[in-house]
Amino acid sequence: MSKKTNMNNSPVIKCESVYKIFGNNAEKLLKESNGKVDSKAFHAAGCIVGVNNASFEVHKGEMLVVMGLSGSGKSTLLRCISRLGESTAGKIYIDGEDLNAMNGKELIELRRNKMGMVFQNFALLPHKTVLENIAFPLQVKGITTDKSIAKAMEMVDLVGLKGRENYFPRELSGGQQQRVGIARSLAVEPDIWFLDEPFSALDPLIRKEMQDEFLRLQGVLNKTIMFVTHDFDEALRLADRIAIMKDGIIEQLDTPDNIVLNPATEYVKKFTQDVPREKVIKIESIMDPVDSTISNNIKISKNDLIEKVAETILNSKESLNVIDPNDDKIVGSLNPSKVIKVLFGS
Amino acid sequence: MFSRFKNSRPQQFIFLFFIFIFSYLVVPQSEDSYLWRLPSLFKDFPLWINNVIYSALYDWFPLKVWDPVFEMYEKKAAIREFTRAISSGVLFLITFIREIFLGGVQTMSTFISSSWLNSNKWFIWPALPWTAVVAGGMLLGYHLQGVRLALLAGIGACYLSIFGQWEPSMQTLSFVLITAPICFIFGLSLGIWGYLNKKVEAALQPILNVAQTMPHFSFLIPVMVLFGIGDHAGAIATIIFATPPMVRLTILGLKKISPEVVESGLMSGCNKFQLLFKVLIPTARTDILIGANQVIMQCLAMTVIASFIGAKGLGFNLKLALNSLKIGKAAEIGICIVIIAVVLDKFSLAWANKQKNYFANLNFYQKNKNLILFSIIIFICSIFSYIGSFYFTGINYLYFVPYEKGISISPLLDAGVDWIWETFFYYLNNFNVFLITNVLVPMKTAYLGMPVVSTFILVMGAGFIVGGVRSSLVVGSLFLFIALSEYWDRALITMYMATFAVVVATFIGLVVGSACAQNSKSTAFMLFICDFFQTFPSFVYLIPVILLFGITDTSVLLAAIVYATIPATRYTIEGLKSVPVSLHEAGSMSGVSRIQRWTAIEIPLAFPHIMLGINQTLIFSLFMIVLGALIGTEDLGQIIMGALSRKDGAGVALTLGIFISFICLAVDHLIRTWSERQKKLLGIA
Repeated sequence: MSKKTNMNNSPVIKCESVYKIFGNNAEKLLKESNGKVDSKAFHAAGCIVGVNNASFEVHKGEMLVVMGLSGSGKSTLLRCISRLGESTAGKIYIDGEDLNAMNGKELIELRRNKMGMVFQNFALLPHKTVLENIAFPLQVKGITTDKSIAKAMEMVDLVGLKGRENYFPRELSGGQQQRVGIARSLAVEPDIWFLDEPFSALDPLIRKEMQDEFLRLQGVLNKTIMFVTHDFDEALRLADRIAIMKDGIIEQLDTPDNIVLNPATEYVKKFTQDVPREKVIKIESIMDPVDSTISNNIKISKNDLIEKVAETILNSKESLNVIDPNDDKIVGSLNPSKVIKVLFGS
Repeated sequence: MFSRFKNSRPQQFIFLFFIFIFSYLVVPQSEDSYLWRLPSLFKDFPLWINNVIYSALYDWFPLKVWDPVFEMYEKKAAIREFTRAISSGVLFLITFIREIFLGGVQTMSTFISSSWLNSNKWFIWPALPWTAVVAGGMLLGYHLQGVRLALLAGIGACYLSIFGQWEPSMQTLSFVLITAPICFIFGLSLGIWGYLNKKVEAALQPILNVAQTMPHFSFLIPVMVLFGIGDHAGAIATIIFATPPMVRLTILGLKKISPEVVESGLMSGCNKFQLLFKVLIPTARTDILIGANQVIMQCLAMTVIASFIGAKGLGFNLKLALNSLKIGKAAEIGICIVIIAVVLDKFSLAWANKQKNYFANLNFYQKNKNLILFSIIIFICSIFSYIGSFYFTGINYLYFVPYEKGISISPLLDAGVDWIWETFFYYLNNFNVFLITNVLVPMKTAYLGMPVVSTFILVMGAGFIVGGVRSSLVVGSLFLFIALSEYWDRALITMYMATFAVVVATFIGLVVGSACAQNSKSTAFMLFICDFFQTFPSFVYLIPVILLFGITDTSVLLAAIVYATIPATRYTIEGLKSVPVSLHEAGSMSGVSRIQRWTAIEIPLAFPHIMLGINQTLIFSLFMIVLGALIGTEDLGQIIMGALSRKDGAGVALTLGIFISFICLAVDHLIRTWSERQKKLLGIA
């Protein structure tokens, strides 16, 4: 998981009050409502609210996971940002450029060079082999067959499908098909990577494997990512930040630790209740300020999950020093009682 | 009591049937009574059509056209110029392909002055040696798929030549090689347009419905009037007939594409054209290929019918053979058509499934090996045929086998037919006589004795029970159009034949289909048989039945039954297969026997799908019945045939075609409405 997020840089993706409302007179209704959209009232008027006033930023190299149950508007939001669907109102900026102001040609250029997307049901072209599928975005761009096939071969290697490049999608397992989908979305070396429930159609074991694979890839590639899922555990595992959506509204947008520790609404709390906290929360999120009275030499890293250092902490009777592993500086302290409270307290 | 009646369809149908019988018995057979027969208010309908066609062709929108012969401007109707231009274009293409196979100067005379060609008689494009075409076909088959396809193509092409049908076969082939791609492209474009534009689709739907249910014959005369006589007219009639299924399957295939695939194309950065040609069409490939396959089959099925308005080739010869009752000859020609159909079908499939190898590092010779090989083949075959010209006197068999100068087994076949006749004549004749006197004639009399009001009670009542007032009105108005014409009696005869054929075909289809659906091996086998028989052009079925029963209603009905059993069987199997496995298992665990499972689980659940098959069965039988006019029956088909030689034939033929189409559409509407409701009720929509 990358933590190279630099908040000073301008955001790669920026949304300002984005609305997506389905229905015939959506725009008129939206104007009348002055931005305060009540989904029930809209429903009565024959409109369905997909995305309700979404504002957020995604920075370079950051992974934002959008989590919500089906019908929460998470895929709709992703489609607004990839402009597969037009948003009803609001501004979306990609690298500072107004997405909704782009004409067809500019949009195609944007997709050809900056965006890649992975789909829930893989969406591979059935008539093309693995290799041809991966080379497809390159060929669409007008790159010669030789070059695009060579590049596609690299991608086949990257996702570990070597030896199967001449298979057809129907001859592959679900996991393998999604590897092709991933390779295809990465073939043009995009800066922004959209993933729409990429692992939801897979079996649990394969899903875990693919998540690991995904984290490995992201470690190498460091893309700016929007990842949509309905699986809260998946969101916790992968995300730098999580946006939890319900009825088109982003209920909470925060780091996994903060969401688990401080759920903003009752709805979010329902998700966080059963989460094994030791597997999610990092020492950094629960540590106290530096305590100069600590005399022992045991040091724990602020980036570790509680799970990893729990034994060390709980074996100790007194507070421990927390350090930043990059420069070994002491950045805080942690008392075992705090850990016990986080893990077992209500 | 009443609420029970309201909810029970069977009771309603029984009630309807009683009213029907009652009205049947009560209404007197009097020509003056409107209850017995409606007045023919639409008598002039055919004339209106004629007038429209002729005025469009001769008077409407005259253009000034430069006449190079008389060196002056002449006024000519726009549509006429337009159709003539299409005609000459299509004719040029067909002749071009034809002359590649058979040689000639017509194509070249387009580019070189004819006076020069006349004074240089030696300058003629030579026919390809048949051996070269055979070897070329094998090469192409090998290139597309492998040894098996090569052998199929080779053996098939050899048959064409050895049996002396080379020339008509190549004529037919050139005809199909032009019409099929035109239909394909035309149908694909219309389908795509319909997919992209909802209004276009809504406009296409009724046109497709009528075009697909109108018998082939009824197109012929209007086409003849508009486009003249010849290969081009045949080609245009074929295009009109073979394009609708392509359009329909294209729309169907494109609609089935998951939105994600479209999105993936967009996110890959496709522009509109790339999305269409690289994502949408290839993804809908399976259905589009079925469409292409249908196009090829329809084109070949039309060869005989197109020969009525001047298309040359196997169809023309088959028509002659059938007319003069040369069964052996007809069988030989029929086999030629089947061969061309099967080989073209396999070629098109293999071509669409061909895979490309990106890693083979090919040099110039390897890349062009097929072209080089083919050149060598032509060279070698030319040398062989040159040598042949010394060896053979008269006909050079190594170069070109002229028409009917090959081997023929028709005497043998004819002898076989004679033997069957002599041996089984008594039984066949008895069966024939029995069927005609005890079943067909009484049935026909019963149909003709049906007062028009009873017919309407029956169809509109059925419409009401199945789909309410709307269905009742739809079906009623479709029939009203026929009842108000002077052809109601003929239509009744057509309906009697169709009823008989559909009932028998459905029964056979249900039994055979159910029996075969019991295990996967027999299912696969039966579906293969269905596929195989479907590649036969429809009139091929007439050959064996004429052989056995001569020119009678029995022959036509038997052909219709055999032909219509195919969809009945196929849909039965598909319907039974579509019953979810979990339901089978639930049944088995409830302890049902095999027969109980069949009657209580499989048939009720499969029935909506099977009913759609009955729909197809009706269309198939009606086509065959109309085709039966080729050998003489007395239904609507016969009048359509007769109209071919009348001056005002176009209107009559179109009107009657529309009638048959309306019968199909009415039944189609009833069955579809019922089936959709039933599916919704069963939760399998």
